[in-house]
Amino acid sequence: MRLLLATALLLGPADGAHAAGSDVEDRVREIASELRCVVCQNLSVADSPSDLAREMRNVVRDQVQQGKSREEVQAYFVSRYGEYVLLAPPKRGFNLLVWGLPFLAVLAGGGVVYLVARRWAEQKPGVRPTVDPVYAERVRRELKDRE
Amino acid sequence: MISTLGHFVLFLALGLSLYAAAGAVFGARTRREDWRASSRNAVLAQFCLVTLAIFLLEYALITSDFSLRYVANNSTRGSLVRYKIAGLWGSLEGSILLWAWLQSLFSALVVARYGDRHEAVMPYVQAVLQGIAAFFLLVMTFAVNPFTPLVPVPPDGRGLNPLLEVTDMLVHPLLLYLGYVGFSVPFAFAMAALITGRLTDEWLKYTRRWTVIAWLFLTGGIFYGGWWSYRTLGWGGYWAWDPVENASFMPWLTGTAFIHSVMIQERKRMLKVWNLALITLTFALVIFGTFLTRSGILASVHAFADGPVGALFLGFLALVLLFSLGLIAYRADRLKGHGELDSIVSRESAFLLNNVVLIGICFTVFLGTIFPLLTEAIRGTKISVGTPYFNRVSVPLGMALLLLMGIGPLIAWGRASWNNLRRNFVKPILVAAAGTAVVFALGVRQAEALLAFCCSFFVVGTIALEFFQSTRARARATGERLPVAFAALLLKSRRRYGGLIVHLGVVIAIIGIAVSSVYKVEREVTLKPQERLEIGPYTIQFHDLRAGEQPTHVLVWANLSVSKGDRPLADLRPGQRFYPNQQSPFASVDARYHWTEDLYTILSTFERDGSSATIKAMINPMMAWIWIGGVVILLGVLVAVLPERRLAMLSVRVKAQAT
Amino acid sequence: MTWKRLLIPLASVPVILLLAYGFRTDPKAIPSPLVKKPAPEFRLTVFGGGEISLAGLKGKPAVLNFWASWCYPACYEEAPLLEATWRKFKDQGLMVVGVDIQDKEANALEFIQRFGFTFPNAPDPGSKVSIDYGVYGVPETFFVDRHGHIVYKHIGALTPGILEAQVQALLKGS
Repeated sequence: MRLLLATALLLGPADGAHAAGSDVEDRVREIASELRCVVCQNLSVADSPSDLAREMRNVVRDQVQQGKSREEVQAYFVSRYGEYVLLAPPKRGFNLLVWGLPFLAVLAGGGVVYLVARRWAEQKPGVRPTVDPVYAERVRRELKDRE
Repeated sequence: MISTLGHFVLFLALGLSLYAAAGAVFGARTRREDWRASSRNAVLAQFCLVTLAIFLLEYALITSDFSLRYVANNSTRGSLVRYKIAGLWGSLEGSILLWAWLQSLFSALVVARYGDRHEAVMPYVQAVLQGIAAFFLLVMTFAVNPFTPLVPVPPDGRGLNPLLEVTDMLVHPLLLYLGYVGFSVPFAFAMAALITGRLTDEWLKYTRRWTVIAWLFLTGGIFYGGWWSYRTLGWGGYWAWDPVENASFMPWLTGTAFIHSVMIQERKRMLKVWNLALITLTFALVIFGTFLTRSGILASVHAFADGPVGALFLGFLALVLLFSLGLIAYRADRLKGHGELDSIVSRESAFLLNNVVLIGICFTVFLGTIFPLLTEAIRGTKISVGTPYFNRVSVPLGMALLLLMGIGPLIAWGRASWNNLRRNFVKPILVAAAGTAVVFALGVRQAEALLAFCCSFFVVGTIALEFFQSTRARARATGERLPVAFAALLLKSRRRYGGLIVHLGVVIAIIGIAVSSVYKVEREVTLKPQERLEIGPYTIQFHDLRAGEQPTHVLVWANLSVSKGDRPLADLRPGQRFYPNQQSPFASVDARYHWTEDLYTILSTFERDGSSATIKAMINPMMAWIWIGGVVILLGVLVAVLPERRLAMLSVRVKAQAT
Repeated sequence: MTWKRLLIPLASVPVILLLAYGFRTDPKAIPSPLVKKPAPEFRLTVFGGGEISLAGLKGKPAVLNFWASWCYPACYEEAPLLEATWRKFKDQGLMVVGVDIQDKEANALEFIQRFGFTFPNAPDPGSKVSIDYGVYGVPETFFVDRHGHIVYKHIGALTPGILEAQVQALLKGS
């Protein structure tokens, strides 16, 4: 417990004071984290240490400072690089398959588990173990003594 | 000379392996012990041959014999010896040889251990294992031969990719391969059970330890890979949802599901078909992973593709799937277990839900990995499916799994009564609520972090409660002191308590993952000498830029000093390594790693005259908890699989101490 | 065994087929959305002085080639082809422009001298132009017609056949 307290205390300041202009930086990082670094393998423009990624971040920063929204910046990059530059497929059309199927699959799986468990519970002829009540009382008393 | 000898040895090993497989099957069908014994010897002989092949290639690597193309491509005269050795698995051909060797080793171990028992089943186990080994040998003998000669012999080799000339290269691939190949053993036993129709639960008993140990290696390999990536690659992360990373994660998920659901089969004889399907899926995913790495159909950090290899692996994958699923379908009527539960709310249901969630995550990762291919096939466009997608979909599922980890071990088998639920869960729920309140009061506001903390406190509460109650009960019963009682408890019910320790490790790792990603702080600033950068509670001062020549590269680094308030903390030297035949430099990360948080620095760009340097600094809170969690998982598995004999001695010693 | 059981193994077939399809795709060849669209405007300073811009081409068809001195061997293979094409067709009104990306000036000048480039080449500071053109790597070549529309993007080293055919198409188009 003390461990977690100490760590949480350390978390406090890190979350705190921001330097001026960092709102822009936060937005740049947010948008850049959804763009693919085109010369890397699978890294986002925000994460990648490569030179081109830095220059792409500069382009994002310019556009954010001009007041462009996240969609507009993404649309710009898509108009040059194609959909491939977006790290997550936009949620429309065919792509809804990839966004929706996982949850559907888990729900379906949960449903199957429920049905199977219910069938198994019904199959068992409800045998309730009978215990000699005197014995049960003694066991209960002794357990209580131990607590 | 080594070239022809090596190739011949592999060819011979292939022949022996085919003989060992066919002979075993023939001996089993005709009930002739001499054929079976002969095929067993063939397994051992084949292992010796593949070992010889490894020795030959290692000898060539260590002596820098560049008449072999593989040696020229994967080492240089100047490399350190350990990297020459690691060059064996540095690229495609050698990695297949390593795999083949591990496969031969494992099948030799299985044959040596169980070979003369269970004459009905063991020959088929052997046949399947040898069949797999034969495939890998086939790929080498006819497609990508590690002993291909190189003419004319160059004076020096090209060397390993500099990223790989690190100690981590000696560990990470080996751990992963041990895990992958390890899973082929329970798979072989399952196939043998299906082929012979002996569908009792015996096969589970034999392979339980293999499965858990294979899982341990795979878990270790995955954690180690993340740790390596974090410390070395310079982007401050440990997992990029790269297709090949996903390929190691998927069998891990189904393997975990399998380890849990076999517990149901052991106790209640249910879910036979499901368990067979799970281990088949696990092994198929292992092969799918090697296919992805070597086929070149998906761009990836790890991919190293060459020619027909991809087609061969796809063919093998198809064979494995059709054969094993076909067998399951064929025997399905014999596999109907008699499932009985006293109530829907029971540990069985919790385990089933565990399976659903784990398979759900696996399905998500699989879908995300192949969706770009599917989109290209159907829509004709190329798209990316990366980190934002995987995180958004798997985080909720991960939370569900976390909850189940707390509920599962404490809910009764068969039937959970209200009393049972109340007794076991009220206290952990209180702990969770209290802990979450405290954490909230301390400033944690993000929903994901709060949820992660809440579930984690719950799970820790259940584990702690279980340990505490059982230790106290035992201490009262036997009169031992608490620590002694605790140790005796661990030794007596190893599986249960080992499993709980593994869960604890997972919780620790999840907390590390959640906190380090939600509360990560990053700043990138261009500094002139003596200028400072403030990040969180730290002040980083840039002193100067230096350059130095190392044996294989030129290193440029920035001298930084870090202080907290006015207390000096550490000196960091992030830099860049420039290799002669690489276009861009490699990052040389320097960081202060601490169990509370890591301060991570990278040198992004710099002016050649040292007048300025762009430093990227990151605070990753509780990042170390991920690696600590991994170590705890390791300890938990060791507790769970410690062998009987050593345990008996330990418990005798413990009892002696108590009296 | 009923036919329903067969579904279990057959369920794996679509996945296998999809993976087999993967062999026909090239993970590096990403189609450009700029094809058949107007070419983005650019303004660059050429090595050795002078400016070059899209507007400045004034209705001439152009071959816009992105290269780098570290791009070995592809850029080295196509460089002589580009210079030869330039010399052959410049009198017919073709423009060839080279854009050097992510490179050091000394290495770039050496590259230019090695292949005797006489067409304008410019560095791309901040990679603004290569980002504007959605360049994934080098070499990539854009073929722009008289009206300033991109008719074709070639990824990788140019071959004599393709270069000749595209240039002829550019010159013929009106």
